[in-house]
Amino acid sequence: MTLSPATRDAPRDTASEDARSRRRRHRRPRTPLSRRLLGWLAAAWFLLPALVVFVFFVLIPIAVAFYTSLFRWGGFGPPTDFAGLDNFTRLFADPVFHGDLWRGLVLVVLSIVIQLPFALGTAVLLNQRMRGRAIYRMIFFAPYVLSEVVTGVLFGMIFLPEHGLADALVRDLPVLDGLAGRWFSDQDTVLPTVFLVMTWKYFGFHMMLYLAGLQSVPSEVLEAAAIDGAGPWQRFRHVTLPLLGPTLRISVFLSVIGAIQLFDLVWVLTAGGPTHSSETMAITMFQYGFKRYQVGYASAISVVMFAVSLVFSLAYQRFALRRDLRGAITAAGAVR
Amino acid sequence: MTARPARSVSRHLLVWLIGAFIVVPLGYAVLSGFKSTADLTRDPFGLPSPWRLSNYTGILSSGAFWRQIANSAGIAAATALVTVAVSAMAAFAFARYAFRGREFFFTLFAMGLMFPFAVAVLPLFILLRALGLLDNPLGVILPQAAFGLPMTIVILRQFFRTIPGELEEAAVIDGCSRFGFFWRILLPMARPALGTVSVLAIVTSWNNFFLPLLVLTDPKWQTIPVGVQQFQGQYSTNYALVLAYIVLAMVPALAFYSVAERQLIGGLTAGATKG
Repeated sequence: MTLSPATRDAPRDTASEDARSRRRRHRRPRTPLSRRLLGWLAAAWFLLPALVVFVFFVLIPIAVAFYTSLFRWGGFGPPTDFAGLDNFTRLFADPVFHGDLWRGLVLVVLSIVIQLPFALGTAVLLNQRMRGRAIYRMIFFAPYVLSEVVTGVLFGMIFLPEHGLADALVRDLPVLDGLAGRWFSDQDTVLPTVFLVMTWKYFGFHMMLYLAGLQSVPSEVLEAAAIDGAGPWQRFRHVTLPLLGPTLRISVFLSVIGAIQLFDLVWVLTAGGPTHSSETMAITMFQYGFKRYQVGYASAISVVMFAVSLVFSLAYQRFALRRDLRGAITAAGAVR
Repeated sequence: MTARPARSVSRHLLVWLIGAFIVVPLGYAVLSGFKSTADLTRDPFGLPSPWRLSNYTGILSSGAFWRQIANSAGIAAATALVTVAVSAMAAFAFARYAFRGREFFFTLFAMGLMFPFAVAVLPLFILLRALGLLDNPLGVILPQAAFGLPMTIVILRQFFRTIPGELEEAAVIDGCSRFGFFWRILLPMARPALGTVSVLAIVTSWNNFFLPLLVLTDPKWQTIPVGVQQFQGQYSTNYALVLAYIVLAMVPALAFYSVAERQLIGGLTAGATKG
């Protein structure tokens, strides 16, 4: 029986199996170097295409962004005008960039306070037995399948001053009638309106995550709680919610990462206006990189976006996801 | 006993309210497409009278719309093919081989899950320009595949691990090579997982805007999202026509969703929680 060493060492999930394979390895003679080399070459052969594509189109561009962020550079010819950290100093003094960070934070907070509870409520509602449940789920998720551009153009039309559906809806209402005609054109209303569109588009995705999470809440536990006299709210608060913890933490994580890189939807809806009041980091980067040809400065924005998402990801994993994933992305072995 | 029907009614009412929040904008677009812009601005709520087909038929008989659909479909199919083929090989190596540096390389890919695409887009553009890949579908396909790798590899590795090692041992005893096992046994067994990741790749590619906007400036290569944006710029005052255009742009995505719903949702929930 000739088995390649790789098969024997293939990862097993449980600790006991690990121990067994370790014992087995002890009994057998060490595999010769040529064999191990051959195994390594075979693995490399399978890995190579992915590695080439990934290094070339993901890692190198990110490295280049770091490099060019140190230059004053218009994007043509090689960068020569070394500027050190000047681009970053300028960036951190730029009120538009402060605004980007602030608006990102506002969208994250709005998502966590409004969008995710809304998605959770809908998921709990649709997790109950009711007629047409599958169709409702399908409809609520549908906006997530549409492209950001189609969504953006659609809501651009709906919120059109005077001619749009939204104005027609609020015009005759007592409290909201002041909103008519303002939506995207007023600095105070533009961000909430963008958030409304984001909720329309993305809440179905989070609802689906929660529905998947709710499936894993054992009904025995809920029944036991009911027998002990817990009402629906108490069952939700003390049984369902804690068991849903991992799903909720993932959903918050995805919301934040999504807010950091938000571009398409806002670009189509407002292009960042009026006067930067809906601008995101990615839009600022796009403006400088592709409209004003300040590629060095735009690269500095890219680098900060990278740093923000990296620091957030690592911190979040360290403090929030540790219980769920035991290390996950930082210790890849644990991603199961 | 009277409480139950009452609760059921209020529950349905709530679901219908949320449903209206989703459906009203879509229905508004569909109906508006049947109006003239003059009718639309006069009465945004009402049913079209008369029902005009000319917006829809005009777009459907235009070459530009169909070219954009074909471009999007071709690029999405090619992206899915490259992403899944390359990821499946890598996931096989990660799941089935023990080699030096395996954890390092896997971490490298897994880290890709948290790289925002916008970070790389500017240097990526410069790189593609240097390679002469602007106005070339490959300039969109390859980066999309590269950014799709982390999620796809994580999902497929997970799936490959569930296929028992004994199966491979048996195949090897029967004289199957490693590649033969991968190609003739593992991939056919992994068909559900491959379907899921393909659907994910297709939808992501179909909806991508940032990269095609930068790379494919020649109208010959424009994809649907870029086409929609251009069309809106061009006919910005003909609201009814623009709405008809986006309705028609939605149809393929929604049709694909209704067919591949299970795979898409399965993939997203698995990808999100396992990432």
